[in-house]
Amino acid sequence: MPDAVISLTAVDKTFSSGTRALQSVSLTVAPGEFVSLLGPSGCGKSTVLRLVAGLETPTTGRVDAPAWRTSNRARTAFVFQEATLLPWADVFDNVWLPLRLAGVSRQAAAPRIEALLGQMGLTDFAHARPAALSGGMKMRTAIARARVTDPDVLLMDEPFAALDEITRQRLNADLLSGWHAAPMAVMFVTHSVFEAVFLSQRVIVMGARPGRVIDSVSIDEPYPRAPGFRTSARYADVCRRLSASLEAAMSGSPA
Amino acid sequence: MTGRKMIDRLLPGAALAGFVVGWELLVRLADIPHYALPAPSLVAQTLWAHAGSLAGSWWFTLKVTFGALILAVAGGVLLASVFALSRPLERAFLPIAVVLQVTPVVAVAPLILIYVESTTAALLLCTWVAAFFPILSNTVIGLRAADAGHRDLFRLYRATPWQRLRLLLVPTALPYFVAGLKISGGLSLIGAVTAEMVAGAAGRETGLASRILEASFRTETPKMFAALVLLVFTGVAIFWLFDRLARALLGPWHASEMPRSAP
Repeated sequence: MPDAVISLTAVDKTFSSGTRALQSVSLTVAPGEFVSLLGPSGCGKSTVLRLVAGLETPTTGRVDAPAWRTSNRARTAFVFQEATLLPWADVFDNVWLPLRLAGVSRQAAAPRIEALLGQMGLTDFAHARPAALSGGMKMRTAIARARVTDPDVLLMDEPFAALDEITRQRLNADLLSGWHAAPMAVMFVTHSVFEAVFLSQRVIVMGARPGRVIDSVSIDEPYPRAPGFRTSARYADVCRRLSASLEAAMSGSPA
Repeated sequence: MTGRKMIDRLLPGAALAGFVVGWELLVRLADIPHYALPAPSLVAQTLWAHAGSLAGSWWFTLKVTFGALILAVAGGVLLASVFALSRPLERAFLPIAVVLQVTPVVAVAPLILIYVESTTAALLLCTWVAAFFPILSNTVIGLRAADAGHRDLFRLYRATPWQRLRLLLVPTALPYFVAGLKISGGLSLIGAVTAEMVAGAAGRETGLASRILEASFRTETPKMFAALVLLVFTGVAIFWLFDRLARALLGPWHASEMPRSAP
């Protein structure tokens, strides 16, 4: 494996409330790799992302990621569970925000923003405010915003959990084609086995209370992945394997 | 415009017109003396006859109202920013602001008039005390209201404090500030009139409250009504002005001002 872009070494995280979120978590993500974090709620998946993003500090252990190397600004992007768009700004200005904070003028950023809006099917909505967008459109805008800086690392925290199944599958496909065109390391948190298998090269299974790594499963299906992959026997195999891992992760702790 | 909509729009005006006509008829048919209850037509005549002096007083009241409101906005926003930056300072000084707010203006006005030599300055101060608190408390809440996700986003991209203030905190606080402004606009007119009532007709320049007091001493009831009508119009105009301002500032994005039909 080439040098990891993200690595966690024996990370423990205990919140000031006394909750132990993570226990001795170690994992690495290679540059350009698509990794899903799968686990029941309360297993610390989101905490792992926040640590990687530099939004939390580990209690013990070591986190190495672009956000922790101070010279790297805007090398990490985060798509939250909610779209977290600024309601007073239109789609264009929301996508501009990361570049704007880095001192890039609207005019200089425009070609990049317009290209992304085109890829995400948002061109006609460039001047719409978030309140006028559907849930799927809002999430597309959030993804465009995350990609606008060409980050090395894209962190996604159950971004499609609130969307309907059809919108979710379309966004999965669009996310993959965007990633395929410009590979960046993706850490994708989900509690859907099917979503994790469809999207990733590797799935890391986590258990709850305290959060810890239980299993890591590689998926050798080539990209681009056709919708047919969802109905293939290989897909079903991997899903079964992961479901068993999840089951093991949950046993011993009441759901 | 459908017939129903037309009726909806005309209804308030029709009700008001009906009220005025009924009042006029009542006074004429029951032969009520004008010092007890003047007819609307007489009030209008009086308004016209004393237009010069009333306009001068009206202008003075407006100056106090808006002067105090501007000071309330400046003071309220400044203090709110300080409070938002520092919890200890908020803890130390918010009780004082609350004391100022809960003390009725009528009760402190005589004291202020003793300590402050210029009547105009005293009136401004009284009105300011009445008007600044809604702006302060709303803006403090607004500056703290930024969504946790938005805060994370700005931290992730290492926004400078100035970027955070300009691009996140100020837009988030705007709807709260505007709500405070709407309340304070009304309060500053009430404050200005109340303070002048207490101050009495002292000083060279006097406002509408003094006109009302004067007219009351002389039992010039129509003139009292004329001054009152001007105050009512001023109050409604202030309300309308800030309502418009709110719509212009928040209309495109904030739920409070968006049309219901938005998808």
